[in-house]
Amino acid sequence: MNPQPNTPTPAAEYGALARRRSFRRSLSATGSTGDAVFRVLLLSVALLILLIVSSMVVAMAHNSMPSIREFGFSFLWGSNWDPVKGEFGALPFIYGTIVSSLIALVIAVPLSLGVAIFLVEQAPARLARPIAFLVELLAAIPSVVYGLWGIFVLAPVMREWVEPPLQRSLGFLPLFQGTITGIGLFTGGVILAIMITPIISAVVRDVLAAVPVSQREAALALGATKWETTRVVLANAASGIAGAIILGLGRAIGETMAVTMVIGNRPQISASLFEPSYTIASVIANEFTEATGDLYLSALVEIGLILFLVTFIVNGIAKLLVWSVTRGTSGTARAT
Amino acid sequence: MPPLEKTSLTRLALVIVALAAVLTAACSGGRGGGTGAVRLQGAGATFPNPLYQKWLSEYGKANPNIKIDYQSIGSGGGIKQIKEQTIDFGATDAPMSAEDLKSAPGDILHIPTVLGAVVLTYNLQGVSAPLKFSPDVIADIFLGKIKRWDDARIKADNAGVTLPAADIAVVHRSDGSGTSAVFTDYLSKVSPEWKEKVGTGTSPRWPVGLGGKGNEGVTGQVRQTPNTIGYVELAYAVQNKLPVAVVKNSAGNFIEPSLDAVTAAAAESISTTPEDLRVSITNAGGANAYPIASYTYILAYKEQRDAAKGKALVDFLWWGIHDGEKFAKDLQYAPLPEEIVRRAEQKINSITSGGKPLREAQGK
Repeated sequence: MNPQPNTPTPAAEYGALARRRSFRRSLSATGSTGDAVFRVLLLSVALLILLIVSSMVVAMAHNSMPSIREFGFSFLWGSNWDPVKGEFGALPFIYGTIVSSLIALVIAVPLSLGVAIFLVEQAPARLARPIAFLVELLAAIPSVVYGLWGIFVLAPVMREWVEPPLQRSLGFLPLFQGTITGIGLFTGGVILAIMITPIISAVVRDVLAAVPVSQREAALALGATKWETTRVVLANAASGIAGAIILGLGRAIGETMAVTMVIGNRPQISASLFEPSYTIASVIANEFTEATGDLYLSALVEIGLILFLVTFIVNGIAKLLVWSVTRGTSGTARAT
Repeated sequence: MPPLEKTSLTRLALVIVALAAVLTAACSGGRGGGTGAVRLQGAGATFPNPLYQKWLSEYGKANPNIKIDYQSIGSGGGIKQIKEQTIDFGATDAPMSAEDLKSAPGDILHIPTVLGAVVLTYNLQGVSAPLKFSPDVIADIFLGKIKRWDDARIKADNAGVTLPAADIAVVHRSDGSGTSAVFTDYLSKVSPEWKEKVGTGTSPRWPVGLGGKGNEGVTGQVRQTPNTIGYVELAYAVQNKLPVAVVKNSAGNFIEPSLDAVTAAAAESISTTPEDLRVSITNAGGANAYPIASYTYILAYKEQRDAAKGKALVDFLWWGIHDGEKFAKDLQYAPLPEEIVRRAEQKINSITSGGKPLREAQGK
């Protein structure tokens, strides 16, 4: 990591000592006013992000005070959500959010890893380009369009072709029991999987492409097969891949419109994945516009605060996982 | 290379500055308009939005110096914003509660504009004649007590119709909605059990069923899933040619939902309509009244802070309940009955600014 100053400075300033300084320090050490302005500008942008995040937390905490005072911690494990009677509990929404995101990950991770590995390691260039383009196009489709497609195409397909065979073969598990309607937690998870696959695979593709060719050449020179070479590449890219999965998970947790259209919007906790469920983002989108009364509004804000915390915790756990996977390895390729 | 970068950057900056200048000019031009232009800002219910947008464009053609905007942010938002006085008029489907009115900084008037209705729609293969429902049957289906289409009580109202031996799948609105409020208000009136267990609200706790977002979400699930039943706005059902159920009214007649039957429900309820016009007309009496209907209202302060704005507002409201009613039927809203127009006139005439009535100031 040699410093590469992008502004001309007197050569005398640069001795062997100066070269060993970090890039950041070299910026502040130069006497140019332009650099000082640049530094202040960057610092204020970085601080602005901090300010926005903290002001969001403060505003949400403040607005959810009436609900926090009324329900305390029972809001977290209460499972009754009845705006008419003024009773609010967030547990079914937390459950729905986490389980639908997990279903999405279980489906999307192998799928997007496969796509990315094929594109980088196997596909000829004239095939790789159009496929990569199509995958990226999927990421650009607005989520409400996914939602409508979910109601009119995915839900009937799930009802007729996917859920009945699952129930026949795995029906002994409580997960796959119950009435089949094509709308519910499972369909919600599937549509999330389709939505996060392009994000994960696009990032994983970049990460794999960043692994030096010399690694592959070395593996091949040692007599490794294609598959063994790919494993070497994957091991090198592990932390980047984990980062890509976290990005996808983040989108799955916060996704609103598409899930709302197919999850059934019913605040309940059921062992069956075919039953309707509800996510935190969906209940806010559904009920905020018509919510009247201070307690109702503040319960909705508090559930938003919980979404914030859930995202925070899940990201923390994911970071921890990345750290435990990549600990000890050095020189790994990273995303971006 | 540096000079090249510099020129392209400078050019970019120039373009941004030019764009900003054009935008500012456009905005201030729009806002300035002619001299003496009045701008009114309204917000609220989504249900009457198509009609209000039509009104604004028609009224704007006749009165180019008055600019009115309406944002359909939902009834809840309309009530909140009129209470905070950030808008000149609000709009809501369900009338404001007594509590809400008390906590507002001034007297708020309810001016009814049109009527809407909620209809039951269903998906039953092989059933072509409109299904008939008694009120208690509807309530028990949505309570989850009647579970199958071939239930004896559904059969009793539909002699000669072959009903499938299948489970009923209920679909309701998942988003907070005036449509749900009207429907649950009706169910609370016809079923004591509903009233006690669920009650009336924009987002009640539904005992059974799947939630679909918006009229389109409910319709989508009903259309896609066999043996479903759901409820949507009348206008939406007509425009999308959905099968709709015939409902027994309190006089014991099965009434097909129509604009005339909705206006009839309002007309039949006049004797019970209070002075402030805040009334629920579900389960109305009268031989031809359709029972699941409601007014939609514009909310305005009785005492206007700004005389010019207040004057523009009362003129617009007056135009709305007279000339504006012409546009209602085309957009599938039921027009107000004559008697209610008279009473809305009195409300509009009572709006003042600085203690002086605004409409009579013109000498009318």
